[in-house]
Amino acid sequence: MRVGFFVTCLVDTMRPSVGFAAIELLEAGGAEVVVPPAQTCCGQPAYNSGDRADAIALAAKVIAEFEGCDFLVAPSGSCSGMIRTHYGDLFSADPPMLQRARALMEKTRELTDFLVNELKLARVPGRFDGTITYHDSCAGLREMGIKAQPRALLAMVPGLALRELPGCEVCCGFGGTFSIKFGEISSRMADNKCQDIAGTGADAVVLGDLGCMLNIEGRLRRRGDMKTRVLHVAEVLAGRKPKS
Amino acid sequence: MQVASMHFKERAHVKLHDERLQFNLKKMQGKFVAKRRESLVELDDFEGTRDSAKEIRNRALENLDVWLELFERNAKARGATVLFAETPDDVNALVLEIAARHAVKKIIKSKSMVSEESALDHAIEAAGMKVVETDLGEYILQINNYEPPSHIIGPALHKSKEEVADLFSKTHGTPVKTDIAELCLEARGVLRSHYLTADMGISGGNFFVAETGSVVLVTNEGNATLTTTLPRVHVAISGIEKIVPTLEDTATLMRLLPRSSTGQSISNYVDILTGIKGAGEFHGAEHMYFIIVDSGRTAVLASELREALRCIRCGACMNHCPVYQNVGGHSYGWVYPGPIGSILTPMYVGLENAQDLPAASTMCNQCGVVCPVRIPLPDLQRKLREMAFEHGLRPWYEHAALSIWSWFSQRPALYGFGTAIAVRALKWMGGCDGLIHKLPIGAGWTDERDFPAPEGKTFRELYKKRTAT
Repeated sequence: MRVGFFVTCLVDTMRPSVGFAAIELLEAGGAEVVVPPAQTCCGQPAYNSGDRADAIALAAKVIAEFEGCDFLVAPSGSCSGMIRTHYGDLFSADPPMLQRARALMEKTRELTDFLVNELKLARVPGRFDGTITYHDSCAGLREMGIKAQPRALLAMVPGLALRELPGCEVCCGFGGTFSIKFGEISSRMADNKCQDIAGTGADAVVLGDLGCMLNIEGRLRRRGDMKTRVLHVAEVLAGRKPKS
Repeated sequence: MQVASMHFKERAHVKLHDERLQFNLKKMQGKFVAKRRESLVELDDFEGTRDSAKEIRNRALENLDVWLELFERNAKARGATVLFAETPDDVNALVLEIAARHAVKKIIKSKSMVSEESALDHAIEAAGMKVVETDLGEYILQINNYEPPSHIIGPALHKSKEEVADLFSKTHGTPVKTDIAELCLEARGVLRSHYLTADMGISGGNFFVAETGSVVLVTNEGNATLTTTLPRVHVAISGIEKIVPTLEDTATLMRLLPRSSTGQSISNYVDILTGIKGAGEFHGAEHMYFIIVDSGRTAVLASELREALRCIRCGACMNHCPVYQNVGGHSYGWVYPGPIGSILTPMYVGLENAQDLPAASTMCNQCGVVCPVRIPLPDLQRKLREMAFEHGLRPWYEHAALSIWSWFSQRPALYGFGTAIAVRALKWMGGCDGLIHKLPIGAGWTDERDFPAPEGKTFRELYKKRTAT
């Protein structure tokens, strides 16, 4: 099974270790992982900013790079959600491209979903001694149906105890360019999230999207919380320690 | 109503720092969400009912002209007069004309958001008549110098009981009361006399039923029943999109409307008003008018945003919206706040006056998953963003940043080179704690958040090295 790994631009630039953790997990599940070398961005920033032409160009690039794979897997509900639920809209006026887009949409998966439902991973390499809480990212939850999958995988991690986060389905306030255009509102939403996280008393908040990670970590630190760790689910499952 | 949506950011800034409002908002938000969830449990097939409701609303919109004509015919047959208003000004002119025809001196009103669009109360007062709002929330706002509503269901939700108590005491010259039931009784005492002395009652219209020519009113206080049946003249005002083909269709929508809105399986009152008081009938107005309002709705119907017209005004989208919950309804600067307001406002008052509203969304789609008629609100917000982009309404630097990113993303070699430099620079900026406290471009992020620094090398660099060895 050839799995095309879509790194995502935020993992590529901000947290490469998340990418390597994800690949480790995919390989542990028996997948043959390929990483198309020229990949960049899924086009979501352009799409959500109303720049349809650039979004179409980037989507066409992703389709060309990944259509030869059996699956496209991304360590992000947001980017996989962009491909799986919105690429069709981008090519609605271009039947040949629409057909190719549809084919890729069908084989696009979010990482934890793929690990649970395709690779049927029964054990994970990681170990985590402590309590975590989990934040459901919006696109993962509401576009990709990611809810039980990460929790099922985290339950396999020895030493780990999950304490559910009140309001775990409420947006953290990232929203891509929203976080800069409406920084004040975005920060307030992040602050609400941080309060909820603090209330759980967990050692770490775990999640599946880099945008939420940067947003939540950024607000936690500004609030003076230097202790609560913010980890991508792949890092915890693979047992990789992020650089501190 | 005067449009202030172009000042969304500034208004939101003020509201974010209004401690009393923040307290009131936090108190309210959980209640709506929990009550809705509890009330949906008793529906055996919520998703199926949503599908039916969507289909009913689509059927109405696809042949809107036909249903409107049928409605007009049936309403006329029962002695009502059907009038069409193209603009907000037309709405006010028609109301004043009707009032003059029937020598009206005092008007009572039950809740109508459409009448807020044209600031009808001000027009009535300017014409020398008295107008009294009878919905408790609207009454509170009216006596507070016509404060605008902040929510389509609970217009005064932003106010605490203490604020209302002070306002009542000041306006009515009564001692300050602390008990909500006592406050309600006081309002009731004041309003009662107006019901009995008003010449005309104005209501909104949740639905216009084409097959019977009826207007359906969904309320909890009973004020709409009194407003529409006690005075000689009843005028029902609502948008052209509120047409529903049959009573059967209305029943389906009613399974969802109160549940999505206040979490009630049915509202305390549902009035279905058909025609004038007949011979030998005891209740009802002697004269009945329908004012059916366009005010930008046909333009929406003809646009890619048509699905927004399915809206049945339950308020679930704003009750679940994390942006609304933090900035409150007044930030949006016009009649309709929250996600549905972010679509309707730019369409009704001009995108150039309200382009921040569709932009001020994280696209979390919490609104989309609760909407009882399945309006894809984030998709419609995106359509408006596309229109703003096409018309060059966004600031140049936003355009520039986006273009640079997209240009590099389409050139992988340059992208790889550029990002490798950028992550090193950002890593250096992060210093020993790995946190960037101030970004030169991106103050929106770092004013109240740190920016966690990158690890220092890109995945593509590291992966290339790994596969080379």
